[in-house]
Amino acid sequence: MKLATALALCLVASSAVPAGAAWEPTKPIEFVVPAGTGGGADQMARLISGIAEKHKLSPRPIIVVNKGGGAGAEGFLDVKGKKGDAHTIIITLSNLFTTPLHTGIPFSWRDLTPLARMALDQFILWVNAETPYKTAKEYVTAVKDKPTSFKMGGTGSAQEDQILTIQLEQALGLKFIYVPFKGGGEVCVNLVGNHVDSTVNNPIECASHWKAGRVRPLAVFDTQRIPVAEWKDIPTVKEALGADVHYVMLRGIFGPPSMPKEAVDWYVAFLKKVYDTPEFQKYLTDGALKPAFATSAEYVKWVEENEQLHKELMAKGGLLKK
Amino acid sequence: MGIENLLLGFHVAITPYNLFVAVVGITLGTIIGVLPGLGGANGVAILLPLTFTMPPTSAIILLTSLYWGALFGGAITSVLFNIPGEPWSVATTFDGYPLARQGLGGQALTAAFTSSFVGAFFSIVLITFFAPLLAEIALKFGPPEFFAIQLLTFSSFVGLGGGSPLKSLVSILLGFILAAVGLDIVTGQLRMTFGLVDLMKGFDFIIAVIGLFGIGEILLSVEEGLSFRSARTGMNLRVVLDTWRILPRYARTFVRGSFIGFWMGFKPGGATPASFMSYAFAKRFSKHPERFGHGELEGVVAPETAAHAAGVAAMLPMLTLGIPGSPTAAVMLGGLIIWGLQPGPLLFKERPEFVWGLIASMYTGNILGVLMVLAFVPFFAAILRIPFAILTPVIVVVCAVGSYAVHSNMIDIWYMVIFGLVGYVFKKLDYPLAPLVLALVLGDLAENALRQSLIMSQGSLAIFVTRPIAGAITAVALLFFALPVLTPWWRRLRGAVVPAQGAS
Amino acid sequence: MRIADLVTASFLMLLGAIVVFDASRLGVGWSTDGPKSGFFPFWLGVLLIAACAVILVQAARRAGLAPFVTRAQAGPVLKVLWPAVALVVLTQWLGLYVSAGLYTGFYMRWIGRHSWLAVLALAILFPLATFFIFEKWFLVPMPKGPLEAWLGQ
Repeated sequence: MKLATALALCLVASSAVPAGAAWEPTKPIEFVVPAGTGGGADQMARLISGIAEKHKLSPRPIIVVNKGGGAGAEGFLDVKGKKGDAHTIIITLSNLFTTPLHTGIPFSWRDLTPLARMALDQFILWVNAETPYKTAKEYVTAVKDKPTSFKMGGTGSAQEDQILTIQLEQALGLKFIYVPFKGGGEVCVNLVGNHVDSTVNNPIECASHWKAGRVRPLAVFDTQRIPVAEWKDIPTVKEALGADVHYVMLRGIFGPPSMPKEAVDWYVAFLKKVYDTPEFQKYLTDGALKPAFATSAEYVKWVEENEQLHKELMAKGGLLKK
Repeated sequence: MGIENLLLGFHVAITPYNLFVAVVGITLGTIIGVLPGLGGANGVAILLPLTFTMPPTSAIILLTSLYWGALFGGAITSVLFNIPGEPWSVATTFDGYPLARQGLGGQALTAAFTSSFVGAFFSIVLITFFAPLLAEIALKFGPPEFFAIQLLTFSSFVGLGGGSPLKSLVSILLGFILAAVGLDIVTGQLRMTFGLVDLMKGFDFIIAVIGLFGIGEILLSVEEGLSFRSARTGMNLRVVLDTWRILPRYARTFVRGSFIGFWMGFKPGGATPASFMSYAFAKRFSKHPERFGHGELEGVVAPETAAHAAGVAAMLPMLTLGIPGSPTAAVMLGGLIIWGLQPGPLLFKERPEFVWGLIASMYTGNILGVLMVLAFVPFFAAILRIPFAILTPVIVVVCAVGSYAVHSNMIDIWYMVIFGLVGYVFKKLDYPLAPLVLALVLGDLAENALRQSLIMSQGSLAIFVTRPIAGAITAVALLFFALPVLTPWWRRLRGAVVPAQGAS
Repeated sequence: MRIADLVTASFLMLLGAIVVFDASRLGVGWSTDGPKSGFFPFWLGVLLIAACAVILVQAARRAGLAPFVTRAQAGPVLKVLWPAVALVVLTQWLGLYVSAGLYTGFYMRWIGRHSWLAVLALAILFPLATFFIFEKWFLVPMPKGPLEAWLGQ
């Protein structure tokens, strides 16, 4: 045991205590991820924790804790219960809106203290590279000819992927068979293995299969193209199909209800420093995430608009809690 | 492909720094493996941010070594205290713990570690030479095939235990029911949560196992007075050599376990079902199936070989396809992205020094690992000599810590106590616990795979017959289900032809 | 044994009934997408009730001879069980580390009659070691109480 301590300490140099702002964390910060280990939100939380460690941005360590039960309900309700706590933060994805709307748990983002929006994740329509569909138009025509026979794979049920599928169906008069899987990586592999016909995966989940020539991106679900290197040749859905179907996913950070003002200031400054590191920027570029740092009023406004949007989209798709 | 790449990899893996990193990883991993509740996935996730300052190859060596350590370490508490440190060590308790009770803990541990190593080595060699080919096979597995595999695991295991079939059925049903609590990912509905937040995350398998096996066993074993019925064990390394002399007898079990483990592991299937399936097959093919469950060394060899083979094989889809073969691999995959590498099929071409360094480190890591844990066998076995009044509270606290660590939730410690009572009562009333645990592990996976398949086929069960791989596996599974019915009939038939078959 | 069997089976039947009740809320049918959310729970619950009913009848018919636990057995079992429960209750108030120390120390002294020195040493060192392993190396936060808050952890 002693040996292990020594060894661990060799590798894991503990962070020094810098002098700084008026308020600073006085104990380890619990960073709640309302999803399982290994997903997009989990990755970003651990990246932030790692960057903080590497650049000594926080006097105390950031401890990532996964509470993914009930499509994130476990994590949200846990943070909601920590009123006034200055040492807990939570990273959210679209389940910030979808989980309360679909399951009816007593939670709203208004219960939390908004800190910062770090990025927005894109969605792309993918098909298997062996299929003859070179453009979104060709694929959609094929789906239209044979309704309820093409399978669309996605993550979970009544979450972003299904919302997007329903949006696409309603805008273009299509009918897919939606097959829910546990995680984005699994979805893309089922596409490579030809078990589903198309997916709406995030760019990073399918990127390497694309480079290996196994899948083909047809269109980006956004109002403009992804401005990063190899991604910029993919047309938007509007360009490819004429229908304006767009959706992006939040990667934002919140604190518990009524978090002290000084703590909020510290976290906002901290997250900005993390955002500006070359490591974080590289992560955004590699994953074709949309750089979208925003705080306070701008962030709140965005979240409000998107809550309304999710309500409308889910009502249209019949996904609201009955 | 092959040798020269591997040599390149060894150049990377055998640098003093990387060897040192491997030793640190194995040490930490063994501790994580020993502590129930802290799984390999947690361990890797926890260390991930700290690897940020290391070169990617050293970072992945640290994390994979930690994973090997956890695979080795999971067996230790299974054998000594009937508490599986990791889910895939559950089947190891069936015979490992009785062996420890008979004072043969050292032998059981040696067998477990050696089997782990054999299984790992088998998988590493296959990965070294056949990785891309195997990745293509893994792609053929969609939801129907996964369901067929779950069915096969289950069918190979049921009908093995003795006792009342009715009570076995109740155990199975209870396991499936517990598995269904929480979010149903197919429809996104909450099931059996009754609006209670604490039920939304469902029943974690590891907490149930800590309670049912660990706490339950303590309660059972103190019935005859406040002490453990533990016998003396030798305090030297002789036991390792002595056990090695016996182990070649189980050559067939090693081979079978390695194949089952690798086959279950190289596509997302998992080490846990592999260990159960391997145990079940070992018992089926044994000449003394009645000895299983009462301290048969083969009952330790079979699950450990398969579990470690599967654990290593789970790295394959991560490297070749960029998909996780296990929860631990899922976290490592996140690590690759954080280190700025793109996981997936191109990794072999773009970063050969990383991939082959990792593969080479699998050899070095597992060789180092087995030597390290074997060296400690006498020490581990001696733990049982600690007085009861010290050991009991320590075990209970470690169980509580482990249960809490899974979700950072107080209610889980209560679940652990409740499961402990259930384990005690069930054991006394002859409700078997193993089917309950297996159903709890497989229930969720099997139901999801089944329903995904049925969505794909729009409700038609024919999908399990028309797809060749799924069809073949389903057929074998059904055969196993029918076996208890067929066997007596077959015996009678054979008995008529070849009267009185001998023992050999 | 007989009573315990009856009680357990009845309890499991009740559990089965709860499951069936919840499943019928979710829908137990078979739609074009395959079985609905409640389909499997419903049949699991029904089967559980049926199996337990049979066990109940079998147990009721059997003459109960051996008791579930003898008085001699119940003593030691309770002596393990109630301190463990106390540990969990204390953890909610005092945090895990303090409770673990109190529990370990109490148990060693009460059951093992170890010397006060040994009791104190282990009651302090064991939670401390746990603290360093979990909180410091593996960064897994455990429930904490007033003492840790006072120490600024």
